[in-house]
Parts: sequence; C-alpha cells; structure tokens
Amino acid sequence: MAQVITDQQGIKHYMITINVNGDDYTRVVKANTVLVNVLRDELDLTGTKKGCELGNCGSCTILLEGKPVDSCMILAIEADGRSITTIEGIADSAELDKVQESFINNGAIQCGYCTPGMILSAKALLTRNPHPNEHEVREAIAGNLCRCTGYVNIVKAVLKVAEEPNDKGVISNE
Amino acid sequence: MYLPDFDYYAPDSLSEACETLDRFGAKAKVLSGGTDIISKMKGGLLSPEVLISLKKLEDLKKIEYVSGKGVVIGARATHNDLVNSKILNDKYLSVSEAAHHMASNQIRNIGTVGGNLCNAVPSADLPPILIALGATVKLVGSNGERTMLLEDLFTGPMQTVIAHNEILTEIVIPEQSLTGSTYIKFGLRRSGALAVVGIAVAVTVSQGTIIEAKIAIGAAAPTPMRAREAEEHLRGNMISDELIEEAGLIASKESKPISDIRGSADYRRDLVRVFTRRALHKAINEGHV
Repeated sequence: MAQVITDQQGIKHYMITINVNGDDYTRVVKANTVLVNVLRDELDLTGTKKGCELGNCGSCTILLEGKPVDSCMILAIEADGRSITTIEGIADSAELDKVQESFINNGAIQCGYCTPGMILSAKALLTRNPHPNEHEVREAIAGNLCRCTGYVNIVKAVLKVAEEPNDKGVISNE
Repeated sequence: MYLPDFDYYAPDSLSEACETLDRFGAKAKVLSGGTDIISKMKGGLLSPEVLISLKKLEDLKKIEYVSGKGVVIGARATHNDLVNSKILNDKYLSVSEAAHHMASNQIRNIGTVGGNLCNAVPSADLPPILIALGATVKLVGSNGERTMLLEDLFTGPMQTVIAHNEILTEIVIPEQSLTGSTYIKFGLRRSGALAVVGIAVAVTVSQGTIIEAKIAIGAAAPTPMRAREAEEHLRGNMISDELIEEAGLIASKESKPISDIRGSADYRRDLVRVFTRRALHKAINEGHV
C-alpha cells in the first residue's frame, strides 16, 4: 500500500507514483482525489479535458496501460504504480503523431474540446487494429461525444490513417 | 465535481478484505472497477465512510475453463476482458457479445462483471445472459462462503442478498450441452444506451425439437427475471414460427415492466414479445451468438 500520512484533521494522504508519458511522478493525494484532477491540477497536463465527469462524454479519455479509460471515473490511488498516456504524450518530440496530422488535414477539429479524447481512442484502436473499417472506427469513438457533431470528418481522419500502409503491411505483402 | 472524503483500504488478500469488511460493516463499500460507485458518490446517492478496493486481488481477474466445472469468470474481469476472452469467444460468444454492447469502450475497460452484478440495476446487460446460461455466483465472507444461482441474487432494484460482509468473487457458467444462446437488447441509441428491454435465451435443440429453453428478461421487472411459463411452453415441442410467437406472447404477459423516461410499460411488454421471438430464432438457428 502506498505510504500514508495522516494530517491534523485525521484525513489520510497517500504517496503514489504514476508513470505519465514515460516519466514517473510521485504525488501526495487523498483517497477521494480523482485521476483527471491529478493530471490537470498537479501535473499541468491540461490537454485532458473535463466534461460530464460521470463517464459519459469521453473528454477525459487517457490510455491506462494502453487502454482508453475515462480518467474522471478512476481514483488516483487506484492508478498507483501504473502507466498512463495523455494527449501530451503521443507526439514524438516536435513531430505530431499521424493521427493528430490527419485530424488537422481532414478538418476533424472544430471547437477542439473532444479532440484529445477522440485522438486517444483512435490511437488505441489503430495500435490494436492498424486497418479498421468504418464500423470499427465508429465503435471505437462511441464513448467520445463531439457536441459540434463533427463526426463525419473525425471518422474520415481516422480512416485516412488506417489507409496508410504501415511498414509491417508492406513487408507481409511482398 | 468532487467526491466526499472517505477512508480507503486496498487489502492484499481476500481474507484480509473480508476482515476489513467485518471491521467496518455497513459503513464500507467494496470498490471494484468503480464506474457505478464513483458516479453515485459524485451524485450524492452514496456516501460510504470506507472504500475497500479489490485492486490487489489479481486472482479475481481470471477467466478460465475448469473441466467438469465450467467457465469460471473472476468478479474483477472487466467487460472488455469478457469481450476479448478466447474461452468465452469459443464457448459462449453470447456473453462476449452482451459485454461488447454495453456502455462505451472507456467504461468497458474499467467496469467489472462483479460490479455490474452487485450494482443490481434491473436494466444491466450481463445478468440476463448469465441467468439464461444457468450461472452461479460465489459469495465469500469471513464466516465462510456460499454459492447460489445468479437469478437468486437479486431482490429488487439495486438490491441483492449479498450481506455487508460478503464479497462476490466469481461467476461460474456450468458445464452443459446447450446448442445456442444469445442476448439482444433494445436501446434508444446504438451505443452507450441502457436497455429498454433486454432478452437472453439459451436453448438445447435436437432434431427440430426444443429439449430445454431458458428465457431471462432484463429491464422489464424490478429484477432480471426468468420467463418460466414461456420456457415451459417451448419445452419438448417441435420448433415452429407459431410456437416461438406464442412463447413471446407468454413471456410478455409474465413481464412486470414499469413506465419511465425510456419507455412505457405497454411498450416494454410489446418489446418483450418481439425480442423474445427474435432471440429464440437467433439462438435456435445460429448457436451461441
């Protein structure tokens, strides 16, 4: 169990370490601290958005051990010792990720609030299944609501990335 | 949206978890995935003084086939664990499919099957198919353990027979010779919608005759329920469109739905008729889907 410090009011604080985008961060949290608040308020990673905060809208989507989850529904202490990828972690140095590029090129960003979550859901899908069909793309982003209703271009942007032959594909076709 | 203060424990073993539960009694709640409990706590519907997390109990995540016993599903398996389980895909694709059509990918990666059962929402998607497949659940407490049919677990909306000091640890789909099973639901959207009605059936068919049939209905009574009269009507009879239509009608009469924001009682009763018919056709003709 994480190290516990009890304050003068008798409230317990726990020392947790989470790996975010490749770096280990140790922070002191309360039992009721929600993961999205650690990312935004403690680590200044405000790319992860807060929308409904009830696990419906997907704005707070992050990858926990590579799988998309709603970070508003997870206690920070439950994530102790685990690896997280946020939208800030998917680009390689100065170069944008190809999903990010494709969102820009296909007009898949309107107000932008759902975009980080959309891109992470798409990223998780493409890692598992590099060439999804439209149904699979729609299913993968079903937990990410876009209130600009820009779904057509979002789906198009993800499918464009899926069309690109990846290195493995080229080798296996030869 | 912030959570009220509570005390948190993450026991290292099941016996330690039971002891911790004993210590705090009704003040404590068990935390599995948290997708139900945390949203309720945020909404002020629940304010436990203590949360006891099962996160260190890795054994409860297993899905395995035990010869002579059946498919054993650990209570902490997530919905996506059910979707991706090779064992379930091979033996009971219907369970994987039911899990696949729940909530969103993000929630399916967090929420667990044990949590879904303990939360006991009448519209939950997993109870009907697991009940139709004759699943049992194991409840463990510091005084011992008991095993019961899943259909006996529920006593009302969000109410179960689970005592304050018990933990649901596993679900077993027994070894059996079914020929088909399926769960189909009607939701107001294709994704992320609660079932207005959900119907699961499991059948054993031989030479055009229904040897055995189980029908479980979700969202049309205070708890998931069996349509026993409809089952009886099917048992031992030759398959025909009329027989299946009649079973749907009987199931519809057996259901006890309420009217709410998602649909009226009359509408739900008719959905039970139509979806029982469709589910029977599907399970008879397509196997475990």
